[in-house]
Amino acid sequence: MNKDSHIAPPAARASFWNDPKIRAVFYQAILLIAVFYSGWYLFNNTTENLERQGIASGFGFLETTAGFGIITHLIPYSEESTYGRAFLVSLLNTLILSFMGIVAATILGVIIGIARLSKNWLVAKLASVYIEIFRNIPLLLQIFFWYFAVLRALPAPRGSVNLFDGMFLNNRGLYTPSPVFGEGFSLVTWAIILAFVAVYFLVKWAHKRQELTGQQFHTVYVSIGILIGLPLLALIITGFPISWDVPELKGFNFVGGMVIIPEFMALWFALSIYTASFIAEIVRAGIQSVSHGQTEAAYALGIKPSITMRLVILPQALRVIVPPLSSQYLNLTKNSSLAAAIAYPELVSVFAGTVLNQTGQAVEIILITMGVYLAISLLISMFMNWYNAKIAIVER
Amino acid sequence: MKKFTSTVMLTSALVLAAGQANAATLDDVKAKGFLQCGVSQGLPGFSNFDDKGNWSGVDVDVCRAVSSAIFGNANQVKYTPLSAKERFTALQSGEIDVLSRNTTWTATRDTALGLNFTGVNYYDGQGFMVRKDLGVKKASELSGAAVCTNSGTTTELNVSDYFRSNGMDYKLVAFEKADEVVAAYDAGRCDVYTTDQSGLYAQRIKLKDPSAHIVLPDVISKEPLGPVVRQGDDQWFNLVKWSLFCMVDAEEMGISSKNVASKMSSSNPGVKRLLGKEGNFGKNLGVSNSWCGDIVKNVGNYGESFARNLSVAPLNIKRGKNALWSEGGLQYAPPIR
Ligand SMILES: N[C@@H](CCC(=O)N[C@@H](CS)C(=O)NCC(=O)O)C(=O)O
Repeated sequence: MNKDSHIAPPAARASFWNDPKIRAVFYQAILLIAVFYSGWYLFNNTTENLERQGIASGFGFLETTAGFGIITHLIPYSEESTYGRAFLVSLLNTLILSFMGIVAATILGVIIGIARLSKNWLVAKLASVYIEIFRNIPLLLQIFFWYFAVLRALPAPRGSVNLFDGMFLNNRGLYTPSPVFGEGFSLVTWAIILAFVAVYFLVKWAHKRQELTGQQFHTVYVSIGILIGLPLLALIITGFPISWDVPELKGFNFVGGMVIIPEFMALWFALSIYTASFIAEIVRAGIQSVSHGQTEAAYALGIKPSITMRLVILPQALRVIVPPLSSQYLNLTKNSSLAAAIAYPELVSVFAGTVLNQTGQAVEIILITMGVYLAISLLISMFMNWYNAKIAIVER
Repeated sequence: MKKFTSTVMLTSALVLAAGQANAATLDDVKAKGFLQCGVSQGLPGFSNFDDKGNWSGVDVDVCRAVSSAIFGNANQVKYTPLSAKERFTALQSGEIDVLSRNTTWTATRDTALGLNFTGVNYYDGQGFMVRKDLGVKKASELSGAAVCTNSGTTTELNVSDYFRSNGMDYKLVAFEKADEVVAAYDAGRCDVYTTDQSGLYAQRIKLKDPSAHIVLPDVISKEPLGPVVRQGDDQWFNLVKWSLFCMVDAEEMGISSKNVASKMSSSNPGVKRLLGKEGNFGKNLGVSNSWCGDIVKNVGNYGESFARNLSVAPLNIKRGKNALWSEGGLQYAPPIR
């Protein structure tokens, strides 16, 4: 630094055009105008094209009566509902399928990935055979395989397998009794919420205690006790305000209760089994990325192999596992759109399919559909990034 | 997924394409030298292909008729098999020139999709097929049934209307492709298979044991099936429309592929106009004056096409409503004059 630079000389002001700040603002403004102009142009162009071709446009169709049935819906829906409602129904069907698929694929994938590294030759070989088979057969074929395997293996409604009391399995689905909540059930709901809150604080406390004193606490058993005990207590107090709607064979099919349709089962199997084969490889790579010295060190300290895996290896492996895992989750969600092939009413099948076909409003429907997939993908990414940051090893 | 891609293509075309007048489809077809015709993915009697990849059926004959009118030759056609869901976007996006695929003429399709129906080549109605051993004799006994069908069809909507208005319960299982409906129904997923009655007869052949299934007598809807073109190209609309009228008029006048050569010397003014010996009908349509004669020579009249494709085993469909108006049916074409 120059000695007398603490008194800034009145800078010869750069010409207006050469001022970097003004330039920056100028370019940004130009870019912004360009973006807005393109957006406006595309919008105008589209409306004009649609009008010229005599194709209906606008989002008003979302309020029109749909008129078609949807076989499975998580929220109330009937033929009198609107296309907008049909959109929600199909979106929820996509979400539940993806969610269940992600959970199952993760569990299966972790087990197989660990098995792949097992010292037991047979287990390791079986795991690699699994991976090679399911990773290399096109997913659509696997979906058809499971669908027709499920349909063929199961009996017609009149010959249903009676699994437990009131639970029936046939080629129309798995029928289970559905709970009907009576008066006073809200207390039970509160008890369940309370139980979860209690467990959350228990776990926190136990961690702290172990960090401070080294003493372990039987968190798992106590948590299970709370989670079952509190709601049970509430049930007893309120006098079991639940009755069951038990499915019954009436005419062609079972009526009443809840049903999981075979299309859902087939897709769930296919998506989780297929994605698990990729997750298994990711898990294997993650575990192998942790230096073997860590295992040896843990064993030398007399730590059991299962605990070594859980507390020493996996936490370090997760750093390598989580990022590629997110993209598998995204793949699974997007692959769930193959469901259209076997009549599972998810977003692409119902909304970008039937609704598009009945209304002919391709532009609006495709925009909404793409927007939804984008939003789901971003949410999954955000969650995984958050999780990744949370588990990232804090270097001490 | 393929359908999704073509829909996305349509969307981006609509978003990006700068304003341009509707292209003259006839000029395009003449320039490329063939007609691109959208058909089903295999519906015996309507549009179906044999093991050599040759297409046949009454819907295919419409394509061949249009090709004859333009090129004097029925074989300048390329076929695009389409599922029920894919068909309209394929036409809107210009992937095909004409859609001839057992498609029901409805108000929405005619007015909101930017399309025009050019006529009716088969009058149909929706029916139900069930396993014989269910012991069902009529549709009103179907309450509570699981019903398999194609998605993106009028079928899907009619069946809801029918069951609801009769206070009956049902479970609708809607597949994208017809072959999947057949497979799922055959595997016992549903009690009932519903679609156009013609479709039921045609699809029944594909079942493992066709004789174990019956088509119920009830007809629950009107399904006028016909060819479709894009809206806004009147010349093309006229040509496709009159190609079908030509076949019906020819039957009415007793002109067939067998006798068309000898009819060329007929002195009957109606026959002379139809065969292009008199008048400028071909020229007005933008094709050669022998257009209708070529259609009859290459494809046959409506009755011949019907007999060749539908009235043969194993389909054995009777003319019924599709008889000429002069024989108590609904097939009626305006005169060529
Ligand atoms: N006519 C009805 C239904 C047409 C339809 O797609 N029917 C099915 C069942 S017969 C079909 O043709 N499938 C043959 C295929 O997809 O190739 C409509 O226009 O919506």
